[in-house]
Amino acid sequence: MILTQLSALGRSAEVQWRVIHALLMREILTRYGRHNIGFLWLFVEPMLFTTGVTTLWTLTKSVHGSNLPIVAFALSGYSAVLLWRNMPSRCIGAIEPNLSLMYHRNVRVIDIFVARLILEGGGATISFVTLSLFFIYIGWLDPPADVLTVAKGWLMIAWFGASLAIFLGALSERTELIEKIWHPASYLAFPLSGAAFMVSALPPAAQHYILYVPMVNGVEIVREGYFGNKVNAIYDLPYMIGCCVALTLLALAQVAIANREITPE
Amino acid sequence: MICLEHIHKVYPTRAGDRVVLKDISFSFGKGEKLGILGRNGAGKSTLVRLVSGAERPTSGQITRSMSVSWPLAFGGAFQNALTGLDNIRFISRIYRQEADRNIDFVHEFTELGPYLREPVRSYSQGMRARLAFAVSMIIEFDCYLIDEISAVGDAKFHEKCEAELFGKRYDRAMLIISHDLEYVRKHCQRYAVLHEGDLIFYPDFDQAHDAHLRNLHIGQT
Repeated sequence: MILTQLSALGRSAEVQWRVIHALLMREILTRYGRHNIGFLWLFVEPMLFTTGVTTLWTLTKSVHGSNLPIVAFALSGYSAVLLWRNMPSRCIGAIEPNLSLMYHRNVRVIDIFVARLILEGGGATISFVTLSLFFIYIGWLDPPADVLTVAKGWLMIAWFGASLAIFLGALSERTELIEKIWHPASYLAFPLSGAAFMVSALPPAAQHYILYVPMVNGVEIVREGYFGNKVNAIYDLPYMIGCCVALTLLALAQVAIANREITPE
Repeated sequence: MICLEHIHKVYPTRAGDRVVLKDISFSFGKGEKLGILGRNGAGKSTLVRLVSGAERPTSGQITRSMSVSWPLAFGGAFQNALTGLDNIRFISRIYRQEADRNIDFVHEFTELGPYLREPVRSYSQGMRARLAFAVSMIIEFDCYLIDEISAVGDAKFHEKCEAELFGKRYDRAMLIISHDLEYVRKHCQRYAVLHEGDLIFYPDFDQAHDAHLRNLHIGQT
């Protein structure tokens, strides 16, 4: 009995992976096409962004309240922003252009989101890793003190971004407000997201409140991994995990609603 | 066997909820060919999408114990920004098929030639129908759902469709929607009329035909 259930589950997983793979290829083709560098834009675009911001911050000698090298600071901060911001941006309104593909019974709302999340998350990660390696190679950056801690922080931000993306993406099918509000909201959240400051540099009263912003905790973990004991990272991991779990549940509930209501073109 | 039990479908509209299907139950098995008649907007395409599983009923249960195609219609099933070839590849991946062999078949069947490398949105209705039909022939199903696919295209295309669908696949189940009454009469053994949310079965085509015309308010004196 358990064995047959397991094999049924295995078959479903196989179908789902097939669908997600097909959607991934479809997304890559429509987004990047076959012109010039094509698919490479996936991570060249975030790399350009991050490099630009890093250069700007270096030139203006941004005040960030610590004696950390500005390159490392900008790289870790801005890459994290790209990670949590791009996933929702791409998932909002993702269903509509794919509605006609939902004629195929196995193509479901969640598959469309997962395909886009893999692309966005993958692009931001490749960009972060490539730029890190490049800056380390040319000597602007020291290798991370603890790669695993960097990965832990990065995964937390990715989890937050992914659950937020699915939640807003599914909700945006029902109301156009989401699309309208996301742009200003994400823009305003940027300065609060921990990209441009260390929590320890803030006044103690503000430190307490800023940790309520989930991304801040993740960015602090990434920086702890990068700089080791050169920084005093302040974060609340259980709080961030709690936020992500709650957001994931909300997201799945919205997907269930969207599944019920969707009408293929 | 495909089994529909107490299917309701309601669409929200600005003027309140609109009931499209009211408590519909029927089943059909391997090899059966069922034709459904109805006015524009009666809910025929909705019914087909529900049977295919692309859309879910508001309430009720659909069980499928044979493989069912997607609704073969002119729109749908393709992503318009992608080229014909990329759409073939997409569908091949989803149904675990070898893309190369499929591409050869579609090439030959549709005679679209270089247009297969252009985005589907640039195709005419007829070209789209040709592509849609050819693509749906690359995957073998026990049951085909046919939503007006034969309404466009030239005589040669019709001939090819007949050969593929009713020649080579004479033993499959089919659910056919068409405004071409003669087409339905020729290819189906069971007939039903969908009107104001009710699906009524008729023992022969003539009775179904009469009911359909009554619904259209034609032939009343």
